[in-house]
Amino acid sequence: MESVSLSVRRGELTSIIGPNGAGKTSLLNMISGFYRPDAGSITYEGKDITGTRPSQIAALGIARTFQNIALFSGMTVLDNIMLGRHVRMKAGVLSSFVYWGLAQKEEVAHRARVEELIEFLELEDLRKQPTSGLAYGLRKRVELGRALALDPKVLLLDEPMAGMNQEEKEDMARYILEVNRQWGTTVILIEHDMAVVMDISEHVTVLDRGCKIAAGSPSEVQRNPEVIHAYLGAARDRKEAAE
Amino acid sequence: MTEATTLPRMLRHNAQTMAERPALREKNLGIWQTYSWARYYQEVREFALGLAAHGFRRGDKLAVIGDNRPRLYWAQLAAQSLGGVAVPVYQDSIAAELVYVLNHAETSVVVAEDQEQVDKILSLKNGLPGLELVIYDDPRGMRHYEASSLKSFEDVQAAGRDFGAAHPDYVETEIDKGAPDDLALLNYTSGTTGHPKGVMLSHTNLLTSAAAYAAAEDIRPGDELLCYLPMAWIGDSLFSIVLNLLVGFTCNCPERPETVQRDLRELGPTIGFAPPRIWESMLSSVRVRAADSTPLKRMVFDFFQRLAERAELLKSEGRRVPAAMRLGLALGEVLVYAPLRDQLGLGRARWFYTGGAPLGAETYRFFRSIGINVKQVWGATELAGLATLQPDGEANADTVGRVLQGIELRVAENGEVLVRSPAVFQGYYKQPEATRDTFGEDGWYRTGDSGFFDQRGHLVIIDRAKDVGKLTDGTPFAPQFIENKLKFSPFIGEAVAFGDGRPFVAAMIAIDMTTLGNWAERRNLAYTSFQDLSGKSEVRELIRDEIRKCNASLPAASRIARFLLLNKEFDADDNEITRTRKIRRRFVAERYAAVTEAFYNGACDVELVTEITFEDGRKATLKSTIAIEDVEETPQSARIPAYA
Repeated sequence: MESVSLSVRRGELTSIIGPNGAGKTSLLNMISGFYRPDAGSITYEGKDITGTRPSQIAALGIARTFQNIALFSGMTVLDNIMLGRHVRMKAGVLSSFVYWGLAQKEEVAHRARVEELIEFLELEDLRKQPTSGLAYGLRKRVELGRALALDPKVLLLDEPMAGMNQEEKEDMARYILEVNRQWGTTVILIEHDMAVVMDISEHVTVLDRGCKIAAGSPSEVQRNPEVIHAYLGAARDRKEAAE
Repeated sequence: MTEATTLPRMLRHNAQTMAERPALREKNLGIWQTYSWARYYQEVREFALGLAAHGFRRGDKLAVIGDNRPRLYWAQLAAQSLGGVAVPVYQDSIAAELVYVLNHAETSVVVAEDQEQVDKILSLKNGLPGLELVIYDDPRGMRHYEASSLKSFEDVQAAGRDFGAAHPDYVETEIDKGAPDDLALLNYTSGTTGHPKGVMLSHTNLLTSAAAYAAAEDIRPGDELLCYLPMAWIGDSLFSIVLNLLVGFTCNCPERPETVQRDLRELGPTIGFAPPRIWESMLSSVRVRAADSTPLKRMVFDFFQRLAERAELLKSEGRRVPAAMRLGLALGEVLVYAPLRDQLGLGRARWFYTGGAPLGAETYRFFRSIGINVKQVWGATELAGLATLQPDGEANADTVGRVLQGIELRVAENGEVLVRSPAVFQGYYKQPEATRDTFGEDGWYRTGDSGFFDQRGHLVIIDRAKDVGKLTDGTPFAPQFIENKLKFSPFIGEAVAFGDGRPFVAAMIAIDMTTLGNWAERRNLAYTSFQDLSGKSEVRELIRDEIRKCNASLPAASRIARFLLLNKEFDADDNEITRTRKIRRRFVAERYAAVTEAFYNGACDVELVTEITFEDGRKATLKSTIAIEDVEETPQSARIPAYA
């Protein structure tokens, strides 16, 4: 990636779009601490967080979901979401083991928050089901739940709607909008479905081959000739390759 | 309970006499939350004050729409406390039905469960001139709605508290003004013909019906009931409101419609009601799980199930169960029956009703044999609930039981069941003609069901009286009787029989997608949709065999000669069935006129153009050619496979 500069304001819903291999996921990986950029910096709430470990990033209130679902498949929906509360738990190993005092109080409080998320994501009937048996769209929803369990200030979503049917996409868009508008969570979204992106984003950044080629409101970006070229060009390349 | 009273007065009474006992529960955030009678009354009172503050007056109508939620029950009681009328509406009503009912009932306030229902009502706002206020229960997603006529339940209660500060005894005075003969509930019957009719029920109607029932059945204050059937159905009003108030048991609202099975298990209700399709789906889920288990477990299950069914058969014939068999049953109780009852959530059930349609003998025997006291009941919206009931020890699959005390019931010359009692409704709202037709000159309510009394004195219901006809040779033809026999097959979802004024009986059949899909998978038969599955020749052969089995139990003259498999399920949105899943016979006959014609002119297929209505009211047409099959002596033409 080269000289990509992006700033997201608190409470904003920003989308990052671009053809395959444009570097969208890499960018998210850098923000969430999975990759360490060779040069440049990442600033969060006025602090430089470049190179901070993923667990610390999470503790700072930046949560993410993955393009390829990364849930614990043998565990229930409830337990998977409960895991997201982990960074918020303070009880030590010993007191957790005997489940007494702080550990018990914590567990009850965290469970209450998880139940709110289960209600929010309409997963009540699946609470006790192992995630392995769930449909794809539902697993994506559980993953969102786990990210939300962090009570994040910033939510990074990597293609949350990929592989979903129209109804599932509409549901997911509804959840994302609600998280953003009503809970005030800042959202950075990577998504291929242009209709969704243009519909819900306040701000769109377009990447192509590791470079930022445009940024602005959805309507500005849609009119930008470079963007049109990048998308049509990519489509033309694929077509030629296919021929 | 002989003194005349009203529902709100009973609520106030309960709040004093059993203040801290649980009246209602709802599962929220994974935990069952309990509301005591004192809390129930307080919530109702505050909401009633809020309604009053918004101008709700005596005689005004309040509709509720949504799944079973405590607040939707409270809203009904609040309206009645002010001398108003509650109008529960089916939560899956499509736009046109909703507009009709809300306008016909002159509803001024609607209490809606959630955003989905609010959206539905707001989108119809222009067609609802009389609607002044929409109140929602669940605030989710509602923050950005700005209509001034839209309020949250909390907002209304908060306004109620302010109003109450200025008028401290307002609700109490209004409750005292209420008379037992005031209209309390306007219950729209989905009706198998034409527009729904508003059945007017007074407090007296509801309370006498409930009292007659409570006197006949073992129902106790400590009972637990799961309220999951539609609030617009009279059975739910009877149990979740009237009997709840009268007996003082606890009503439990499930978390969501999808969690009913799990909530049932958690709660272990002691009493309940389930229509035949729920019994059938419970049975098939038991069978599927048994088939998926280990060979040993399956063997144990099969052995004890057969044993129980044999014993049940002996008992129903009045014969003695041999000692060895009783020993086996005792062992089976520990190994199979009790754990199974517990798994189904029926471990604590003293009795469970079935009704609305006959339950297949096999399904019925299965549940009886594992020790669930399944009984049949019969009633009608116009009767404010139930009129007959099978007493314990007299349960059987064929009758609907004995007439409740205080209800006069007789069978007319033409076979129609007539009822006279203080529970019988006041008439159809704004439809004096329909009311006159239903009551006739003599004041007996014509139920429209035709039936007879058996030797024991149990009532047997055969069919809707107006549907009973004759074949051309004079053989009586009762379509529902035949359809119910067909529907006993696990593979047949819905059926419509034709034959009145015709030479033979023919049937349109909609397959049961779940069981047939399962069947097809086991046979590695690939399919994509309902339409595709219905068109498979293997499926048609299977259904043909099922019809032959059904024919074996029918008199020769009324056997089914020809049939057709529909390419879509019957749908209430298409007006083909009512919201309580009763066939709208005339409408279906009209809509499928081409099919009936083809049945009787010997054609071997028919071109069918069907119109499908989506939930938002959009329509689409589905055009296809469907083969018509002969049950016996297949003619050459019909042997050609579907793909030719």
